[in-house]
Amino acid sequence: MADADPILIDLKDICFSYPGRGRVLNNLNFCLGKEQRLGLIGPNGCGKSTLMHLLMGLNKPESGTIRILGKTMHGETDFRKARRQLGFVFQNADDQLFSPTVIEDVAFGLLNMGKSPQEAVALSRKMLESLNLSGFENRITYQLSGGEKKLVSLATVLVMEPQVLLLDEPTTGLDERTVERIIRVLNDLDIAYVVVSHEFDFLARTTTDIYAMKNGQIEYRCGSDQFRAAS
Amino acid sequence: MLSEAFAQGKSILHRLDPRLRIVFATLFSFLLAVSMGFPTLLAGLTLSVILVLTSGLPLKDVAKRLTTINIFNILLFLVLPITFAPPPAFLLGPVACSREGLLLAARITLKSNAILMVFIALIATMSIATLGHGLNRLRMPRKIVYLLLIAYRYVFVLEQEYQRLSTAIRVRGFVPGTNLHTYKTYAYLFGMLLVRALARAERVYQSMLCRGFKGKFYCIHQFSFSSTDRIWAGYLLLTLILLGGMEWLMPTLF
Repeated sequence: MADADPILIDLKDICFSYPGRGRVLNNLNFCLGKEQRLGLIGPNGCGKSTLMHLLMGLNKPESGTIRILGKTMHGETDFRKARRQLGFVFQNADDQLFSPTVIEDVAFGLLNMGKSPQEAVALSRKMLESLNLSGFENRITYQLSGGEKKLVSLATVLVMEPQVLLLDEPTTGLDERTVERIIRVLNDLDIAYVVVSHEFDFLARTTTDIYAMKNGQIEYRCGSDQFRAAS
Repeated sequence: MLSEAFAQGKSILHRLDPRLRIVFATLFSFLLAVSMGFPTLLAGLTLSVILVLTSGLPLKDVAKRLTTINIFNILLFLVLPITFAPPPAFLLGPVACSREGLLLAARITLKSNAILMVFIALIATMSIATLGHGLNRLRMPRKIVYLLLIAYRYVFVLEQEYQRLSTAIRVRGFVPGTNLHTYKTYAYLFGMLLVRALARAERVYQSMLCRGFKGKFYCIHQFSFSSTDRIWAGYLLLTLILLGGMEWLMPTLF
């Protein structure tokens, strides 16, 4: 059913506000197609992260409809199923890596999906290997460097084989080499993704389209190639 | 910074099955804590010294850890003899001292040192992660195990956050003193730490939800109980029986 539908994520007239703060999202419309790699850019506080949280069902919109993989989301039960297909990489890797060792954190999602411990460990090892993180299995998560944490948290999400990946400012605070590694990982993926970033250069190299947000709406859409020429 | 300095090592105790170590250390502590006879306590202390020596840990560092508890024990020696009822057995200058109080302080000292050394030799020689999984395998409720593991995981993040905040106030010229401004600043600092910890807990929970968390934790670790473990389990059980026997059969010497 999802295969036939070219639209993976469809938001219609979404409104959202945090208590005590004005509207964050204002009649927002958003659509992510198959094989689309979308960059989301905009000033701080314009609602980029909020949009991601809405997609994951972590916040509930005041009005509007969210359709993910052809299914309209009505509540927590729908989102619970949807989260198996949607991977979300948090901005701060310390929020994502809560297990003592790397292998346990990578296996966590698989175990939640009902895989056996042996299977989960085997798949996790393979995932780490494919990200050039072999040998990290028994490293202690809090002792990793910032770049290693980011790559491991990417692994924890990718290992669940999501159909759509959401990344919230994946390059913040990372050195050039780690950013290069992340760009390579993203370019090797064959799934659709949405990436929030403030760096045009990074977006130009990883996305097909760039949406600019302002005042809780998507103000401007264009192809990433426009920025590629400039950079 | 917290470190698991003792967890790295190659001694036989480091290699023993964590479950065996946890169970023995727990039983030993309980047995010694309820024992009253000095022979039992001294035997327990000897056993703990032997275990520390077997673990091959740097003795200087072990002594450093023991200092903390023994400073407290010195306090007991100073306070218990003069405060213990029934009234005094002998006089030390103008101060009335009770023999019972002195013996009690000695018992507490023996017990605390023996128990602490057994924990240093058996429990401190495994990482917190191993301890958590060992407890898990021993059917400790998962919620408690994960409370331990996650608390340990985020202590470091909180410590960093604390360091960042306190550097930030220092570079703006804050010098702690005995005044309201200092108290207020520290109150803000700890308040902010608490608020941030809460916010972080929320985000960690959200990230777990995003990976399909349904309130159940799974453990990927398997421990194997080797023949060495079996032999050691025999020895350790025997010492427990001997210690218990000493306590039961021998009437108190004093």
